[in-house]
Amino acid sequence: MSSTDSRGLVLDEKLLFELTDPGRVGYSLPAPDVPQTVPRSELLRAEIADFPELSEVDVVRHYTRLSTWNYGVDSGFYPLGSCTMKYNPKVNEQAARLPGFAELHPHTPDHLSQGALQLMYELQQDLAEISGFPAITLQPAAGAQGEFAGMLMIRAWHEAKGQKRHKVMIPDTAHGTNPASASLCGYDVVPVASDGVLSKAAVAAVMDDDVAALMVTNPNTLGLFESDIREICELVHAKGGLVYCDGANLNALMGISRPGDIGIDVMHFNLHKTFSTPHGGGGPGSGPVGVVEKLQPFMPVPVVVKTGELFRLDYALPQSVGRVKGFAGHFSILVRAYAYILAMGGEGLKRATELAVLNANYVRARLEGTYDLPYKQRSLHEVVFSETALANDCHTLDVAKRLIDYGYHPPTIYFPLVVKGALMIEPTETESKQTLDEFCDALLAIAEEAKTDPDLLKQAPVRARVKRLDEATAARKPKLRWTKD
Amino acid sequence: MRYIPHTEEDVRQMLATIEVDSIEDLFVEIPAEVRLDRPLDLPAPKAEAEVLRELKRLAAQNATEESHSCFLGGGAYNHFIPSVVDHLLSRSEFYTAYTPYQPEISQGTLQAIFEYQSLICQLTGMDVSNASMYDGASACAEAVMMASRATRRKKILLASGLHPEYRETVATYCRYLEMELVEIPAGADGRVDAAALEAALDKSTAAVVAGYPNFFGVIEDLASLAGAAHAVGALLVTAVAEPVSLGMLKSPGELGADIVVGEGQSFGMPVSFGGPGVGFFAARQKTLRSMPGRLVGATTDKEGRTGYVLTLATREQHIRREKATSNICSNQGMCALMATIYLSQLGKKGIRELAEQNLAKAEYAKQAIAVLPGFSIPFAAPTFNEFVVEVEGDVEALLLRLEEQEILAGIPLKKYYAGMERCLLICVTEQNSREQIDALVAALKGGLA
Repeated sequence: MSSTDSRGLVLDEKLLFELTDPGRVGYSLPAPDVPQTVPRSELLRAEIADFPELSEVDVVRHYTRLSTWNYGVDSGFYPLGSCTMKYNPKVNEQAARLPGFAELHPHTPDHLSQGALQLMYELQQDLAEISGFPAITLQPAAGAQGEFAGMLMIRAWHEAKGQKRHKVMIPDTAHGTNPASASLCGYDVVPVASDGVLSKAAVAAVMDDDVAALMVTNPNTLGLFESDIREICELVHAKGGLVYCDGANLNALMGISRPGDIGIDVMHFNLHKTFSTPHGGGGPGSGPVGVVEKLQPFMPVPVVVKTGELFRLDYALPQSVGRVKGFAGHFSILVRAYAYILAMGGEGLKRATELAVLNANYVRARLEGTYDLPYKQRSLHEVVFSETALANDCHTLDVAKRLIDYGYHPPTIYFPLVVKGALMIEPTETESKQTLDEFCDALLAIAEEAKTDPDLLKQAPVRARVKRLDEATAARKPKLRWTKD
Repeated sequence: MRYIPHTEEDVRQMLATIEVDSIEDLFVEIPAEVRLDRPLDLPAPKAEAEVLRELKRLAAQNATEESHSCFLGGGAYNHFIPSVVDHLLSRSEFYTAYTPYQPEISQGTLQAIFEYQSLICQLTGMDVSNASMYDGASACAEAVMMASRATRRKKILLASGLHPEYRETVATYCRYLEMELVEIPAGADGRVDAAALEAALDKSTAAVVAGYPNFFGVIEDLASLAGAAHAVGALLVTAVAEPVSLGMLKSPGELGADIVVGEGQSFGMPVSFGGPGVGFFAARQKTLRSMPGRLVGATTDKEGRTGYVLTLATREQHIRREKATSNICSNQGMCALMATIYLSQLGKKGIRELAEQNLAKAEYAKQAIAVLPGFSIPFAAPTFNEFVVEVEGDVEALLLRLEEQEILAGIPLKKYYAGMERCLLICVTEQNSREQIDALVAALKGGLA
């Protein structure tokens, strides 16, 4: 093997079931110190056929090798639009692992979990200050569950007033979770067309007394601020509706504008986006929800309250929509987010927003002209190009795959749906000018390759561990687990 | 600002390229009347050492394994976590990645999830597993909704022995879906009351939902429940809050369950004040396409190399929007990876031995408490690593007295069940030494005096 041939170290690795050697063990348990119990045999299973049998070294090598086939924020630039892939500070990880947090059992009485409850209480206060909402629940497990909790509160509020409304308005730029969450609350979804941003006229045309709420994302998924938001909220309120805000893009607003001040009634946060907690290869997230005062009685339980000097979990909300998951929330994620807010402070959060917006606009300035920019309003934290300027029938997917060969995680592609072949770039504030320049140079080079040698795009990636995968066959003949055959 | 790399010179050059004078000019689309006209009222930025000092101060006020001997379970279990789990998890190529939308550079995550799905199928005795959900409670709610879709029926029978927080979560998810939720009481032995179940089952029943073991630690007779449910065309949904039990108990699949969900926190995750854990979700092949959540499947690349991709996405919200099988958008990737690493290290022999130790220790404690004056075991059915104790006296006062001896003796059931004001749920795992158990028994004995 040549030392210059780096592919020589892209090691092959079987499934753990195929590495198994019967008789091998990788665990150790203390010797039993109580008598063995023999349960009734009809309750017992046979040993689990083909369960792994590996030594500790086998396990360590296996997952270490698999990790090298992955690309994370720590590997390099990860401009995945809408996901706010900012750097995940290491001290947050250390904080979450402190024994006083990690070993604290959720059924521990309140008086023996004061530190954890105080942390949650303080985080509620901080999120309230950042968003302008007086009340916060930390329970929802992720953004989509926050949306669900928020829409439940909206429906419960209407019903408490004796109103039965059936529809929810959702702009065409919305995340798919918005209509799915509304539907889970029994609502019919009414799409609202937007032209980059929502117009008062488009909302007024649909708004009537059967509409329970408007769900907006602000800034929206095109990275644009909904500049008529205040009037739109007034319009919805005038007809008895409420306004839900998908807070996925809060990274564009910290210290600049507070959704709770401008007419929004409910908003979820994504702590794994705005507040730097790791995305974990797909989760866990955390999706706290902020609400205006009139919705406070409907919040999921428990919420953390302070009585005198004592913090406690409060379950006594008679009009609560109920719990959306077990226990009080993704606590160790809350610890990480709190550590981030402590580190940044108020001025640091605002600075993060300013530089996230600067970064997105810088990428836009460098690529506009080469890539087609369908919406020209000033971008906030992300910028969305279309594929229409690409030469030789090259598409967004080809650009994305070619970016892998240049050493980058591709942006979000084909979303939002209103842009043809959308290429949605969100750099976040944690990337330097140097990183952005190298990335923009790569995208400019790829646009040039599309003209001169489109096959470079069509065949990409050639430098990843695998080439393009056959997704059609995967769906047609699903193989979703290992079996011995 | 240590997480932000820009120098003043960088900012100046970038503004010049954008052709604006100041950062402020980038916010022109935000009208003045919706701007915040003051700084955020939050403390000044803290140095790393200060952040850590503050968090250590808060952490120090909480009970830990070192400060207390802990017999709390009830949906979160204190098991030993081998060093390997956190070391491998801390490979940041894993935890700083997101959803594997680009499979060519996400094969690590994808293969690990494929392994996770395979392990969950083996443990539960089911055909297919998704890539994981938020937690046991929300997975249980998703299972109820799936059962309703699959049977086109709206009535759900929930065993009262199903974890109360799972029941509450099911009720929240079903709140506006026009479902009928009926609670089936437990019989005298702690298992589902067969006569009450029989009386409630009819042709409109979509599912029977039971814990295994249930919240009382009792091992339900799943085969009978499956038989009763199937007789009217309903499904059996089984929720496993303590999956270490599956190391020795017959799998729900083997006993006739149609959907098996549960909480995977026991597999390598700290209890962490309740989260995050990982909700597992497994079903039969024939209902694959009505499953919620992500799925990873095997395929090949253009050159025939094996690789893994997200698949069957047409069930999901980003494609189907309001018609999706669930609104879920993430999975619990990091926690599913912890479970996968933990199970591969424990292996075939380890999972069995671990389950046996949990059972033996809990039985040892149960038998010792059963003979104490003033204490009794109300449920006669077999249990796994938890059991209910009835106390002739004030449970709360007893617990406070034991706390003075640094013992968290159990969960008072008054909070969850009317009529169980004098009951306590005690959990014993492999982490509780015989010495600790003996001390618990002695303290209970003295605590009533």
